[in-house]
Amino acid sequence: MLNPTILWPAILNGVTTGALYALIALGLTLIYGVLHIINFAHGALLMVALYIVYFLFRLFGLAPYLSLAIVPPVMFALGYALQRGVIGRAGHGRDENILLVTLGLSIVIENLALMLFSSDTQTVETAYGFSTVSVLGAFIPVPKAVAFVGAVVTALALWAFMSRTDLGRAIRAVAKERKGARLVGIDVDHVYAMSFGIGVGVLGIAACLLMPSYYVTPQVGHGFILIAFTIVVLGGMGSFLGALIGGIVIGVVEAVGGLMLGESLGQIGIFAIFILILLFRPQGLLGHRA
Amino acid sequence: MKRLFLLLALFAAMALVPLVVRSEFWLNVCILTVFSALIGQAWNILGGYAGQFSFGHALFFGVGAYAVAVLQVHLGVNPWIGLILGAAFGAGVAVAVGWLTFRYGLRGSYFALVTLAFAEVFRILANSTPWTGAGEGIMIKLSPRPSMMQFKDLGHYYWLLLAMTLACYLTVWWLDRSRLGARMLAVRDNEDAAAAIGVDAFAVKLQAMALSGLFMGLAGVFYAQRYLYLDPGIAFGPTESVEALLVAIVGGIGTLFGPLMGAVVLHALSEGAQVALGSLPGANMVIYGTVLVLMVLFMPRGLASLTRPRSRRKGGRDA
Repeated sequence: MLNPTILWPAILNGVTTGALYALIALGLTLIYGVLHIINFAHGALLMVALYIVYFLFRLFGLAPYLSLAIVPPVMFALGYALQRGVIGRAGHGRDENILLVTLGLSIVIENLALMLFSSDTQTVETAYGFSTVSVLGAFIPVPKAVAFVGAVVTALALWAFMSRTDLGRAIRAVAKERKGARLVGIDVDHVYAMSFGIGVGVLGIAACLLMPSYYVTPQVGHGFILIAFTIVVLGGMGSFLGALIGGIVIGVVEAVGGLMLGESLGQIGIFAIFILILLFRPQGLLGHRA
Repeated sequence: MKRLFLLLALFAAMALVPLVVRSEFWLNVCILTVFSALIGQAWNILGGYAGQFSFGHALFFGVGAYAVAVLQVHLGVNPWIGLILGAAFGAGVAVAVGWLTFRYGLRGSYFALVTLAFAEVFRILANSTPWTGAGEGIMIKLSPRPSMMQFKDLGHYYWLLLAMTLACYLTVWWLDRSRLGARMLAVRDNEDAAAAIGVDAFAVKLQAMALSGLFMGLAGVFYAQRYLYLDPGIAFGPTESVEALLVAIVGGIGTLFGPLMGAVVLHALSEGAQVALGSLPGANMVIYGTVLVLMVLFMPRGLASLTRPRSRRKGGRDA
């Protein structure tokens, strides 16, 4: 079982998948860090992004990696509009209301997709979909390697944006102290919507990187949303570095767990981590107590 | 007392339904509506009264349903005994989950996430163990005798469900005027303040979990006996979780009659939509989701807020 010739490819596979999970979780953790809400519609919005990538390919023949120029800005605009128009108005001073509204949105989005596109599985076929590269003796598919590099670059860019730009500073200011931020002249509602938009825009990047090695169905978000929650909780709500490390840990746990226990039970490992962390260290590995 | 009479009169009127409605189709719609009213009220005890929003209430429903089915199929336990055990398992699992989460002070979003995750864990477990029938599901043998809690007449199922639902609503009526209910509201409105005046918030939340889980478990038993089939997606999937919270929120959380109103309105809407649009897959859930978003945006206290004067609607106790 622990033969390195089997274990190493599994770990490598886990790391590359985990980087994509981390990317999805980055958006979630950004939204949580700033707005202090859990976006239950995150999985549904990822599904929307995947469908956009799919239809750009099907209707216009646009390769998924070229969609990187279109899908993230579209998703950003969608996220901005959702926060400004719906989610931000639903609070009435209670966090529970925001939870409920994002849950409601996810139900609407998923089932609209089911009505419009049926539950058929759709894939994008590319010339490089089945080619592989060798990493220290193990072969991984090219799309997964690209996704890994893309995820790391995106995370670095996001980190640079948050620490180097005015908007990034404003976002961090609002995350720390929203009243104080408002007093020094920051438009808090705009910052909220920008954060939500960026979090959802990152999903657009994730979708472009994911599509060549994955598929899309109306329910595809389900599989990702609990994994993304787990990563965010594991890394610490609001922590970027935590999300990256958490994503890779979860990817490896899933791959190695799947190898040893079989696909279906392998997932239990993820949820076991989730529940254990929530119970014993709810602030996460790198987060502060909420 | 006025509310008790109103409640009993309502249920007496509802008990007449099978005598008047002879069409199987409409009787089935009535069963689905009362079922929603039951799980909505069960959710309401925890979410509306004790203020803990669960996103995975299907967990307790599924536990009750699998309890009666597995005990019956593998050990030959009579479903009437299974009914008691199913409710007990529902309450037991609820207390276990509550004990784990509340001990570590998980509230709000965290609690919603944990309940969702527990439901998912149970779904995967039910999917992988042979004695729950794994992915193919479990089937209860057909033997339409009252002693096996199976009825030839749909009306009898309706009465069984109505009796369970009445028990649930009477419990909430009692909660409304009991100390436990008052403690729950105190914990909901301000947990720290409640603790400061000597309310054991942990114990109160566990009691709310137990009651809520018990009635979800009962609903699960009914479901298993009515359809004689279960699979992990039905038992632990999001459908029942969403329906339970939606019914309570549409009707008005923390109120006795809210979930009943919510159930009637939602089923009227979904039946109306089926007539108008035909039965497209997902259409029902689109309506449910839209209603949820609109309610939270424009009427966060539910339909019940329409019937009560503004100044008194915070307390939830106007008996």
